Amino acid sequence: MQITKEILENIAHLARLEFDEGAEKDMLADLNKILDWMEKLNEVNTDEVTPLIHISAERNVLREDEVQPSLSHEKGLLNAPDKDANYFRVPKVIE
Amino acid sequence: MHLQEITQASDFEKALPQLSWQTIQEAIASAREDYETVVGLEVHAQLKTASKAFASEETTYGQMPNTNISVVTLAHPGVLPRVNKKVFNYALRLGLACESEITRENVFARKNYFYPDLPKGYQITQDKTPICVGGKVYIQPKGATEEKAIRLVRIHLEEDAGKSMHIEGERDSFIDLNRAGVPLIEIVSEPDIRQVEEAYAYLTEIRKLVRYLDICDGNMEEGSLRCDVNVSIRKKGVETFGTRVEVKNLNSFSNVKRAMVFEFERQLYYALRGWTFIQETRTFDAPAGKTYALRSKESMNDYRYFPEPDLTPVIVDEHWIAQVQEKMPPLPRELYLKFTKEYSLSPYDAEVLTAEKETALYFEEVCQFTKNYKAAANWVSVNVKGYLNELMLTIDDFPIVPEKIAALINLIDAGKINHNIASKKVYPALLATPNKTALQIVQEENLLLEDNTEELQTLIQTTLAQFPDKVAAYRGGKKGLQGMFMGEIMKKTKGKADAKLVSKMLQEALNQSE
Repeated sequence: MQITKEILENIAHLARLEFDEGAEKDMLADLNKILDWMEKLNEVNTDEVTPLIHISAERNVLREDEVQPSLSHEKGLLNAPDKDANYFRVPKVIE
Repeated sequence: MHLQEITQASDFEKALPQLSWQTIQEAIASAREDYETVVGLEVHAQLKTASKAFASEETTYGQMPNTNISVVTLAHPGVLPRVNKKVFNYALRLGLACESEITRENVFARKNYFYPDLPKGYQITQDKTPICVGGKVYIQPKGATEEKAIRLVRIHLEEDAGKSMHIEGERDSFIDLNRAGVPLIEIVSEPDIRQVEEAYAYLTEIRKLVRYLDICDGNMEEGSLRCDVNVSIRKKGVETFGTRVEVKNLNSFSNVKRAMVFEFERQLYYALRGWTFIQETRTFDAPAGKTYALRSKESMNDYRYFPEPDLTPVIVDEHWIAQVQEKMPPLPRELYLKFTKEYSLSPYDAEVLTAEKETALYFEEVCQFTKNYKAAANWVSVNVKGYLNELMLTIDDFPIVPEKIAALINLIDAGKINHNIASKKVYPALLATPNKTALQIVQEENLLLEDNTEELQTLIQTTLAQFPDKVAAYRGGKKGLQGMFMGEIMKKTKGKADAKLVSKMLQEALNQSE
């Protein structure tokens, strides 16, 4: 698979990130290098291998439905770049 | 713009807010009958757990903004989610009720999208392994004589997002994350729905099911039940499906209906003009009753699902399923069928009685103590519900135990009291002193019917003797006078006589030849 300018722009849009036009070439090269390296894995025959989703062998790590004290309102909003007494404030997301 | 001047779909969409919809309806009127609507519904139901799906803060609705939050919900670095066992129990209940296949090995997935009310940048959901696969929901739309099964594609678990508020005139949007991480199940139906009545019946049934199963409060106003609808149209008789659109933002049953009708008309108009459209997401504007396309970038579904590495698989084995099965409450359809078949109630009565689980179970209990099911149905749906509605109570607050209502019915059937005395005197007394039995009240208040036929006979004869001219008039053909005699006799018995018996005896006496 080849990362094209269109794919790069799409990924950036999905993540709501902007990038410098000048950096585009380097980014394309880097992303493609990573993918090329991943291509190496395709050399191994994995027909008989079940996909491994988790490294851990643990199963059913569940908790009971019990309420624990939550984060206080003040602490929760402490690191917010913008806030008021009640809410996180973010740049308007609809027109 | 005049409709005739619009030559392409894109102009139509631009003009849509201003278009007179009546003109469109007139334009499609002649073709209406040739087409049908094909609809599939996606219902999101908030699960009634005490804590969130993957974090342990509470889920209570209507708290102060951003007070039910945790480092997990706020997506602070390095935190780990942990699965609430109850969300599986709840999903299993619904799956078993809908005869779905239960998935044994469950892996969670990340659905990635960027929005400020989703702090992690992804929603934890089930993609490849929905907890329930297939299944059906039986519906009986109003006026239909037969049940119809709406097939399910899947039921899967996921977490809710927070709430964004956009206030006119404010520079910013406001984010409340209390709802973020609240567990949801999404119930996806096959495109088996053809009419608005069916959609309505399906949603009603889902709400009834989740309430019976006690897994969701089914409250649409508070958003605990939400619905997206997939609509396409096709010419009747055609097997293949047309291009569908997904309509979001439907927060009531009536909006679901309105959106279905609107989309049918819009898509039919497109078909008649020979326009095509792509599969897209539209939003319903409730005041206008119209759906508008979201800009293509907003509706671009590129969620890049991948397995959630922070949660290990959840294995549901036979033992777990059996545990859930053991605690299954009776289902609305089971009770409906029992009430209509075994108890011979009318579909209407059965419908009223099964609308709420508590009422249905109360009625069921009454029927353990009396065989007069029809009377029991009337007492529960008229007298009991009437009392509850008036005082805005639920049946859990109802003071009289079912057995005593049954005893009251049995007293009437045995001819000990009549219905009038039962509902006007005994029932209010039972409500006031629920520790007494109906029989105690009847005896204390001396309400027993005078079933002494001999006494009644004398009473009838003296009454007839009082009005010889009226008796003659009756015998001469003025049959209407019977009511007058009845009134006189009942007055003398102070209303305690069995009216049916008196009427029968009176008639016999009057019809005797002199």
